[in-house]
Amino acid sequence: MRPKTILLLGATALLAIVAAGCGGGSKKSAASTSSGCSVDQLNLVHKGQLTIGTDNPAFPPWFGGTPPKGSMWKVSDPNSGQGFESAVAYAVAGKLGFKKSDVHWVVVPFEQSFKPGSKSFDFDVNQVSFTPARANSVDFSDSYYNVNQALIGLKGTPITSAKTIADVKGYKLGVQIGTTSYAYVTKNIKPSKQPSVYNTSSDVNSGLKAHQIDGIVVDLPTAFYITAVQIPQATIVGQFPTVGTPEHFGMVLAKGNNLTSCVDKALASLKSAGTLAKIQQEWLSNKASAPVLK
Amino acid sequence: MSVDAETGRGDRRSRILGDLRGARNVGIAVTSTVVFFAVIVAVIVTSAGWPEVRKAFFDRKIFSDSFPEIAHAFLLNIRIFITAEALILVFALAIAVLRGLPGPVLFPFRLLAVLYTDLFRGIPTILVIYILGFGAPALQLSGVPNSPLFWGVTALVLVYSAYVAEVYRAGIDSVHPSQEAAARSLGLSRGQTLRYVIVPQAVRRVIPPLLNDFIGLQKDSALVALIGPIEAFRQSQIDVAATFNYTPYMATALLFILVTIPLARFTDWLIARDRRRQSAGGAQ
Repeated sequence: MRPKTILLLGATALLAIVAAGCGGGSKKSAASTSSGCSVDQLNLVHKGQLTIGTDNPAFPPWFGGTPPKGSMWKVSDPNSGQGFESAVAYAVAGKLGFKKSDVHWVVVPFEQSFKPGSKSFDFDVNQVSFTPARANSVDFSDSYYNVNQALIGLKGTPITSAKTIADVKGYKLGVQIGTTSYAYVTKNIKPSKQPSVYNTSSDVNSGLKAHQIDGIVVDLPTAFYITAVQIPQATIVGQFPTVGTPEHFGMVLAKGNNLTSCVDKALASLKSAGTLAKIQQEWLSNKASAPVLK
Repeated sequence: MSVDAETGRGDRRSRILGDLRGARNVGIAVTSTVVFFAVIVAVIVTSAGWPEVRKAFFDRKIFSDSFPEIAHAFLLNIRIFITAEALILVFALAIAVLRGLPGPVLFPFRLLAVLYTDLFRGIPTILVIYILGFGAPALQLSGVPNSPLFWGVTALVLVYSAYVAEVYRAGIDSVHPSQEAAARSLGLSRGQTLRYVIVPQAVRRVIPPLLNDFIGLQKDSALVALIGPIEAFRQSQIDVAATFNYTPYMATALLFILVTIPLARFTDWLIARDRRRQSAGGAQ
């Protein structure tokens, strides 16, 4: 072959590669902008699998099951499908078209769930309450649970005789950092003593047991777990009424993710089919039994 | 402390400013400074993730919304570290003196002082705060306060006294034995020698490293938040959780810098003054 021919062939080959590359690229971008929710159209952290985040330890009634020996999970095992949030997550995964074996759980501490930059999860399910301010930084799915705050006190202490919000005002309350319980305390209870704020739910419990606080404000399902398992000598004083729009938990997703609308669709069909109510009945059924502090 | 024998020039100029005599040197210094920082800023600002980071860490509105509350909470930090510093100055000196006591009869005291400094320098501050903050009140001993603030300050005093006691001890050891011998030969008792001759010289020499420890202590006052009190760091965490935006952390960082930098410069000034005095006196 003469040098010119080689050059021509080379140029043609190069053109073909470039054309193929462009073709592939445009096909890809078409897929990511479409509103399709089939598994291969979703924008996932790991192709073909759904990566779900939550904090470790994961506590009942949100998560259940016993972690197998050697598992990184403590207290509960999200892989079990047991517990309210685990069950909801698997139901959503099923609606999106994932098999149970395609679902992978990763540990995401609360503060990691909204850090800037790429996320390690497709969605995070960790009793995170929706607020408009938070929605500036992340996407929230629609509600999967409407939540009420509750008050816990040690049996036999004066706070347990409280009947109204006004009765609670004079006590030292404790909450976990990052919870909307803190917002509820400062906005609606307005106690005379500054509330104590702890890093973890276990620290709040320690504060109550050490009598450093008179009461814990926490969401009602967690209050049931704390009084039943973690601090048996404590009791639920009552639940607080909803003020303004009901507080709800949403799944946390990366801002501007096309997955959000797909998760919302999945949640909507779970709601209309009654599946979500059934899951709630199964794992959070004792909700109704706490008196309301007016 | 006068370890700067290697410079040995009676240097009155600050080390940071270096030798800046002459317009040419000033020009070079200014140019190199501007270029140096311009490159750093350019690398950060042109990075792919910068718009997102700027939104997450430098939101003007969130900064001005959260700053007053955080500044108010910072008053608690100031109360914590001033209380702790006053107690540490006394307590650590007692430990250091205890450790220097002579004679076989006093061995248990020396042992106690050694055990104490080893233990509290060995355990991370965060653990001491957790253990004391939750453990001590849970004992429910009558007469023992269960306030988290009390136990937080106690933990800081215990940990930092261990460091400061070692600083004091270095100071005491650096006073030449002839000083003690001279004082004793003048008829001063052992206690008087310590009180009027050794300790005054020792303390003056260790003021710079002592202030250095206090800079560390001021930052660690934020750890007290772990057991409940709302100080500046906790307040900023609350604001971060409410907005899912990290700007309140920058406000807290700014407040801490505003108190630690003056102390750091003061320490530098003390060191420089010390060096001047020693070289002027011609001793050492």
